[in-house]
Amino acid sequence: MTLLDVKDLWVKFPTHQGLFEAVRGVSFTLGRERLAIVGESGSGKSMTGRAILRLIRPPGVVTADRISLEGVNLLHKTEREMRDVRGQKISMVMQDPKFSLNPVMTIGQQIIEAYRLHSNATKSEAYEKSIEMLEAVSIRDQKRVMRAYPHEMSGGMGQRIMIAMMLIPDPEILIADEPTSALDVSVQRQVLSIIDSLVKERGMGLIFISHDLNLVTDFCDRVLIMYAGRIVEVCDAKNLHKAKHPYTQGLLNSLPKLHDPQKRLEVLNRDPAWSTVASISGRI
Amino acid sequence: MTKTPVETLRWRAWLLTDTPASRHHAKLSAFYKGWLSFRGNTMAMVGLWILICLILAALFAPLLSPHDPFAQNLGNRLQPLGSSNHVLGTDSLGRDILSRLIYGSRITLYIVGLVALIAPITGLLVGTVAGYVGGWTDQILMRITDIFLAFPRLVLALAFVAALGAGIENAVLAISLTAWPPYARIARAETLTIRSSDYISAIQLQGAGALRIITKHIWPLCISSLIVRVTLDMAGIILAAAGLGFLGLGAQPPSPEWGAMISEGRRFILDHWWVAAVPGMAIFTVSLAFNLLGDGLRDVLDPKDSEK
Amino acid sequence: MLKIENLNVWFGSGRDRVNAVQNANFAVKSGASFGLVGESGSGKSTILRAIMGLTKNWSGKVYVDGTQTSIKKHNSFYKTVQMVFQDPYASLHPRHSVDQVLGETLYLHGFQDIDARVVHLLDDVGLEAKFRFRYPHQLSGGQRQRVAIARALAPEPKVLLLDEPTSALDVSVQAEILNLLSDLRSRNSLTYIMVSHDLAVVSHMCESLAVMKDSEIVEIMDVSTLRNSKACHPYSQQLLLASI
Repeated sequence: MTLLDVKDLWVKFPTHQGLFEAVRGVSFTLGRERLAIVGESGSGKSMTGRAILRLIRPPGVVTADRISLEGVNLLHKTEREMRDVRGQKISMVMQDPKFSLNPVMTIGQQIIEAYRLHSNATKSEAYEKSIEMLEAVSIRDQKRVMRAYPHEMSGGMGQRIMIAMMLIPDPEILIADEPTSALDVSVQRQVLSIIDSLVKERGMGLIFISHDLNLVTDFCDRVLIMYAGRIVEVCDAKNLHKAKHPYTQGLLNSLPKLHDPQKRLEVLNRDPAWSTVASISGRI
Repeated sequence: MTKTPVETLRWRAWLLTDTPASRHHAKLSAFYKGWLSFRGNTMAMVGLWILICLILAALFAPLLSPHDPFAQNLGNRLQPLGSSNHVLGTDSLGRDILSRLIYGSRITLYIVGLVALIAPITGLLVGTVAGYVGGWTDQILMRITDIFLAFPRLVLALAFVAALGAGIENAVLAISLTAWPPYARIARAETLTIRSSDYISAIQLQGAGALRIITKHIWPLCISSLIVRVTLDMAGIILAAAGLGFLGLGAQPPSPEWGAMISEGRRFILDHWWVAAVPGMAIFTVSLAFNLLGDGLRDVLDPKDSEK
Repeated sequence: MLKIENLNVWFGSGRDRVNAVQNANFAVKSGASFGLVGESGSGKSTILRAIMGLTKNWSGKVYVDGTQTSIKKHNSFYKTVQMVFQDPYASLHPRHSVDQVLGETLYLHGFQDIDARVVHLLDDVGLEAKFRFRYPHQLSGGQRQRVAIARALAPEPKVLLLDEPTSALDVSVQAEILNLLSDLRSRNSLTYIMVSHDLAVVSHMCESLAVMKDSEIVEIMDVSTLRNSKACHPYSQQLLLASI
C-alpha cells in the first residue's frame, strides 16, 4: 500500500547568479517499507525530505505535481493543517540531537509537551506514555532520564530520546535525515537497530536520508541514489553493490576497505551528462 | 558617455565571476556582490539616499541655502511655513530656518563622523586585546569598561562638558567617551569565539604573533559587526548631540546645530510650532536613515550570514 | 622522528580537572604513518593539539627528530611539524583569499619568493591556478581541505599531523584527499600521524595504529594485525566489529 506519493518534485532557490535548482523533478512512492535516499552533500537528498514536510523556507520554492499522503495532497493544505501533519502523520529526526532538544527544559518536560500537543491526555497519562516510549528506545532508568537535561545525555542517548519523541504521536512515516552521522560508530548501529525494529513493529514507512552506503545496505529495503538534484538510480538495498550507474559504482569503490587493501583509492570521475539526464522515477 | 548594454553586461560578468584573476579583481568582485545584496533591500537604499542627500547638502551648503543662516531680520521674525521667500519659515531672530537646517547638517555630520571614528576604534582596541590576551589584561580592561558602562550616558557627558566647557569638540569627546564601552563588549565577545576557531589555531602554528593575529585576523571579522552597530547607534549619537545642544552644552549660538535650534524654538512651541518641529523632523529623518542603513548593512556584512 | 613519552594532558584544575590524555607513549619512525583511533572524547585529537602546543596543560616528553620540545614553541618547531584540521569549513579565515592564506604563511616563515611558491603549492595539492584569488565560500569542502593541506606544507615540514582530515567530506572527495595525502607523503618523504574514527581510513593510510579509549592508549598494533582480526584488547575487537 502506498503511504506517500511524490511526483515531479522541484525545489528552487533564487540567487544572484540565477535560479538554483536543488531538487529537479524527483518522483517516488513510499509504502510500508524502509526507503533510503543516498547521495553526497548538495545532491538534494535533505531538501527532498524537507520539501515533503513543506519545511523549505522562502525564498525557496517547492513545486510538484503532487505530494500526497494516503491520497491527500499536502501541497493544498494550509500552514495550519500542515502543522497537524508534521508530527502526527510524518515525523522527522534530524542529524544532531544537540540542536533539536531545548537545553533549558528537562527531557521529561519536552516529551510530555510533545505528547500533549497531539492528544488531550492528562499530565499523568502523558508521563506514563513517555516512560513507555523511552523504554521502547532501550533507555534504562527512564525516570532519571525524564528528570535530566539534554546536556547530561550522550549523543546516542540524545538521538534515541529524539526518536522517542518523534514516535509518540504514532506517525505513519518517519523521515530520518542523517540520524547517526553525529554519533560514534559503535553507537550508530545501536540507534539504527532501534529505528529499524520500531518501524517494523508499527508498520511505518521510513525515509532514511544518508550519505553512508554501507549503513543503507544493512538497514533499508530500497535505495534511491541522488546526484545533482536528480535520482540517477533505484535499486534494492541487497543489490546495491551490483549497482549499474557509474556514479553509484564510483561511490562504492571510493570507500577504503578494511579487509581489501588498495594502493590507491578509486576516484570518482563525474560525467557532466549525469546532471542532464532526466530523473529516474522511484515509483512502484 | 553611456555604456552600451553589451558593455555593461560584460562588466557585470567580470565582477560576478567565480574565478577572479588578481587580488584586485577578487576584492572588487566581493564588494560588488555585497552591493548587489544590499541593493535588494529597499528600506536600506532609502536610508542610503537620505544620507547621500545629507552629505550633498553639507558639501554644497552655500549654494543650496537661499539665505545667510546667520543674517538676522527682526522685522521678519517667526514667519510661518511656506511664506514667500522663507519656505520653512523664520525663527525668533528672523533667520531663515531652511538655510540654518542646511548649514546645521555640517555640524551633524561633523559630530557623527568624529564619534563614529573615536568610539568604535577605542572599543575595538580594548575589546580585541582583552579578548585575545585574556587573563589579567582582560580583567583590568573589562572592569574599566564596566565602570564607564555603569554611568548613564547623558549624565557622564554632562559632567564632562561641564568640566571642560561647552562646545562642539567637547560634546563630541563626551559622547565618544560614553559610547565606546558597548563596542568593547561586542568586540571582546566576538574575539572570544574567533580566538578558539581553527583558523586562528592554524595561523598560530605558523608562528604568528599576537599583534599580527589581532590586527590581521581578528579585526577584519569584528569590524563588520561594529560598523553595523555604529550605524544603528548613530541615531542615538545624533540625539545625544542634539540633547547636549538643547541643554546649551553642545554647539553654542548662533551656530545652527539642530538640537540648539529646537531649544530656541521651545519658547514659542505653542504659537509657532514649526520653529522647533522642523529641526526635530530633520533629526528624526537622519536618525531613521542611519537605522535603515544599519539594518541593511547587517544583512550584507554580518559574517555569520554571509557564509552561505 | 617523533616520540612521545608519558604524555598527560588535562583541562581545568583542582576539582574540575579532567584528564584528557593519560600516560600516552608511542614513537613514529621517519617516513612512517601512524594512526590514532578512538571514539569522540577519547583524547585522540588532544594528543595532536598538545604536540602542537595548542593545548598548554600537558606534562611528559615530546621528541621531534631526537630533540625534546618545550611547551613554548619556536619557529623552528613549526617548520618541522605542521597540522591539518578536521573541518575545512572552520580552518580557513572566512575573509582571506587562498592567496592571502598561503602568502601570509610563507611570509611568516621568512620565504622570499612568495608568488612563485604560492603557485607551486597550489599545483602540489592539485588545485588549478584559477583558485588562487578565491575566498573560502567560493570553494567546495574538498578544495578547502586542499588549501589547508597546502598551508600546512608551506614551511616544508617533515611531520604532518592530520586531525580527521576527511571526516567532514563526502566519500568520493575523501578518496581524492586520501590519495593526495599518500602522494605527498611519498613525494616529500613526510611522516604522518593521523587521527580518525574510521578504521578503514586509518588502515588504508597507516602502517601501525594506536587504539584509544577513555583517554588512554589501550593497544598499539600493526595494521596487518588489525586486518587479520588479531587485535588483543576487547575494545579494539569491538571497534573492528562495528566497522565491518
